[in-house]
Amino acid sequence: MYHTETKLAQIGNRSEDRTGAVNPPVYFSTAYRHEGIGQSTGYDYSRTGNPTRQLLEETIADLEGGDRGFACSSGMAAIFTVLSLFQSGDEWIVSDDLYGGTYRLLEQGYKKWGLCCKYVNTCHPENIEKEITPKTRAIFLETPTNPLMQQTDIAAVAEIAKKYGILLIVDNTFYTPLLQQPIKLGADIVIHSATKYLGGHNDVLAGLIVAKGEEICEQLALYHNGAGATLSPFDSWLLMRGMKTLALRMEKHEKNAKAVAEFLNGHPDVDDVLYPGRGGMLSFRIKDEAWVDPFLRGLSLITFAESLGGTESFITYPATQTHADIPEEKRIQSGVDNRLLRFSVGIEDVRDLIADIEKAFAKIHEGVQVR
Amino acid sequence: MTNAYSFQTKLLHNSHKIDPATGAVSVPIQHASTYHQFDVDHFGKYDYSRSLNPTREALEDVIAELEGGVRGFAFSSGMAAISTAFLLLSAGDHVVITEDVYGGTFRMVTEVLSRLGIEHTFVDMTNLEEVRQAVRPNTKAFYVETPSNPLLKVTDIRKVSGIAKEIGALTYVDNTFLTPALQRPLELGADIVLHSATKFLSGHSDVVAGLAVVKDEALAARLGFLQNSFGAVLGVQDAWLVLRGLKTLHVRLKQSQQSAIQIAHYLDAHPLVRKVHFPELEHHPQHDLQKRQADGPGAVLSFELENEEALRAFTKHVKIPVFAVSLGAVESILSYPAKMSHAAMPSEDRRKRGIADSLLRLSVGLENPDDLIADFEQAFAYVREGAAVK
Repeated sequence: MYHTETKLAQIGNRSEDRTGAVNPPVYFSTAYRHEGIGQSTGYDYSRTGNPTRQLLEETIADLEGGDRGFACSSGMAAIFTVLSLFQSGDEWIVSDDLYGGTYRLLEQGYKKWGLCCKYVNTCHPENIEKEITPKTRAIFLETPTNPLMQQTDIAAVAEIAKKYGILLIVDNTFYTPLLQQPIKLGADIVIHSATKYLGGHNDVLAGLIVAKGEEICEQLALYHNGAGATLSPFDSWLLMRGMKTLALRMEKHEKNAKAVAEFLNGHPDVDDVLYPGRGGMLSFRIKDEAWVDPFLRGLSLITFAESLGGTESFITYPATQTHADIPEEKRIQSGVDNRLLRFSVGIEDVRDLIADIEKAFAKIHEGVQVR
Repeated sequence: MTNAYSFQTKLLHNSHKIDPATGAVSVPIQHASTYHQFDVDHFGKYDYSRSLNPTREALEDVIAELEGGVRGFAFSSGMAAISTAFLLLSAGDHVVITEDVYGGTFRMVTEVLSRLGIEHTFVDMTNLEEVRQAVRPNTKAFYVETPSNPLLKVTDIRKVSGIAKEIGALTYVDNTFLTPALQRPLELGADIVLHSATKFLSGHSDVVAGLAVVKDEALAARLGFLQNSFGAVLGVQDAWLVLRGLKTLHVRLKQSQQSAIQIAHYLDAHPLVRKVHFPELEHHPQHDLQKRQADGPGAVLSFELENEEALRAFTKHVKIPVFAVSLGAVESILSYPAKMSHAAMPSEDRRKRGIADSLLRLSVGLENPDDLIADFEQAFAYVREGAAVK
């Protein structure tokens, strides 16, 4: 078995026997000719199966150690597809510190169709066990969480899930299989917003699902095709192209994030730095809420934008961006307050990043408003 | 702004004919997944590509313009458009749906919506009495495909949407077979138009895509919320490919339709063909309705052979059409509904709906129709031979 870095570099190679192309072709064809009735090459209609998308799906399944992968049109579409496994009356237990889009889908969407969610701090697995009822069908975790960077012991939660015969679903967007392989720790389903580190270039929206177990894979295949939130062949190809450099990028993201975390930790204008010690994501609290706006305006290198995991450094303001759909009281109570900034540390020279932050802080104190 | 133009012209001269930044006559493909924000309090129009992307937006604007709606939405497939639009409904709601609906939609309704507490009744949508009788106190939507797939039955959109309006329900119309070039359901009273844009709209068998258009702003806001929340959005390359295909929609459909009419008459007169389903034929039960409601019969027809054995001989020897699923392409596509588009429907349900095991669906492409007819003629010779041997 090859190491993850080797698998990433080799994605798609040796997949094409006719020409020997090292880089796999993009199959745009939506329909596939049948030689006769009941005779199929394995491909009928592109939504159901596409050779380019399939290559991506096999790759992510292999990287995550699952049985089958499914590529979706966005990370949210991946969660939407997984939600199709459930029905009215089912209950989920969910991390209370959660991406706002997932929260919105559950609370403003699936609530209407009778899915009930209980939000708990999953860092303490005993909290989960307390909430389990006969109707509980799944536990949904983000680890580390977005944006508070709290880590959950996946293996401990997996044990609880097994004990009660419920599914464990883990959003692995922040760490990628390079740093964490939830299925190997006992999870049943892994979800990715592949728009982030896996794609890595802020140029493709995509979601991935990996599952373990024959029955669950068959059901997911049915809903993936049935609801049709599938990823296009070009985007599948673009994602594989990005994944080839994931290991190099992640190494640099992490190195830079460590240096930035250290710098921010010692900075007098910063209260808390939330960094789990791995990966490229961190969050920090500025001392004064009034400084958030001038700080963001004072940045000239780091981009103020939503999203994360790209080569370029991004700072996001969860209160008004990623977590705007969570009611304010609930949001602040969970720690996503109005002083919190989330930093997706890019692969630039870290000295330039630190200088940009220093300059932005200096400008706050000068009282200079910079456009 | 461009409303004065005819449909044919609007395909080329619409609100996105020129990129304002550069003057480019083809919409640029914007791959960016996210957008820099210049102000912490006031975000720009674009913040994250799933919510809004300029390339996808161009397609959404164009289809809204062509269908005469207020807003368009582009999805990763026709089924993604249909699924998302169905989820405007809540648990406890009821939908009345046309019985010979596309197999994928059938599967969505029976296997997914029902588990979410959304009820349904299948009806013969061409029988308005049956439609009325299916109404329940919790009926919130009517789902129409016209002409239907694969039997080409024609539903009176104006009448069904009238029934819907009486009880405050929505009317959905799948307009995949005709496209706004031939039929504009919103003008006939529908609330939501759906498309598998994989078919005639893009027309080249090279992109899977879905579109939805709605008539009023409140509904647009609700569907927009779901599109963003579920995230089953169309990729930007694909949005551009659909836009590219749309430019030739009029000429493609005009040619395909003309050929389809010629082929329908040929098949209708053929001794080995039991029945041809095509609204242009005088004996089609809703021939007059189709003339009133649409600007043409479209380019998809279906026909029944004597039995499955004849069908097998015919499909084995036919050379030009691709034997495959899908439709609406430059290439003619011959499909076997029982084993392809409607395989998701149990065989008993199929038979009840008249989808025989000897039925073939033909989507007429841009080949010369004489070549297609000659091809069919030689394939029929094998059917005849097979029958004679017996």
